[in-house]
Amino acid sequence: MIYRRFWGMPGGDFRGQHGELERVRRQMDRLFEGLAGQGQHTTAGVFPLVNLTENKDSFFVRAELPGMSSNELEIQATANSVSISGERKIPAEQEARYHRRERESGRFSRVVSLPQEINSDQVEAGLVDGILTVTLPKAEVAKPRQISVK
Amino acid sequence: MSESKEIKLKGKQEVTAQAEQTTPGVVFTPLVDIFETERTITLLADLPGVKADRLNIDLRDDVITIIGDIRPEESKDEEDLVVEYETGRYYRQFTLSEVIDQNKIDAKLADGVLRLTLPKVEKATPRRIAIKAG
Repeated sequence: MIYRRFWGMPGGDFRGQHGELERVRRQMDRLFEGLAGQGQHTTAGVFPLVNLTENKDSFFVRAELPGMSSNELEIQATANSVSISGERKIPAEQEARYHRRERESGRFSRVVSLPQEINSDQVEAGLVDGILTVTLPKAEVAKPRQISVK
Repeated sequence: MSESKEIKLKGKQEVTAQAEQTTPGVVFTPLVDIFETERTITLLADLPGVKADRLNIDLRDDVITIIGDIRPEESKDEEDLVVEYETGRYYRQFTLSEVIDQNKIDAKLADGVLRLTLPKVEKATPRRIAIKAG
């Protein structure tokens, strides 16, 4: 499940060990974050936080954007970066007394640079249950190629 | 448009102290807005990635518990390059100070946001009591 990225690495290579180390490192990070207060992330510190993954053919950029609709978002891709910008609107309730107001609204803009060239014409984006997924197909030159040994 | 502010980064809040946990994984505290009108208490919670069938809302006595489970978005063949946020269960509990009409509770989940409307029972809605001069 969620632990796939830590332990469930394919094959029996050294990945498993590496995953374990990674997990410990993250836990340490979290511990220190807790001590130092908020905002000590090893991130760009810009909303929204993004996760970047890849497979053989594409990169995937994901971000949590609950309550947003696709027309409030603007996504632009270049050959080696993707920008996500928009505005999250939370209408204030009329004649209501607020007890808690933790959800943030406002404008945001974020550029994610990609490690390899992509095919910016074929970028696709989907917004499901408040999670944005941008699929960025790798450019032909950047794809790994199987070379057969004769 | 011009007066809208830049959004602040809050990051995800991990639940630190929780009763016993039966499933492995990280647990997060969803961000909420809670507001009250004369007749209802409304709770809005950000639960990105949670589908309606994996959301559990429980009201017992005067404690409301929200538990949302997620499925990993990544497919099996993807490898992580940058991990800025982690995903996991959402958990949060509130004690209600008002008496809620349990039969009229309404919960809607759309685009990863839960809107929970809790109507107060009739007798808890303010009523003007006329005082007669004796």
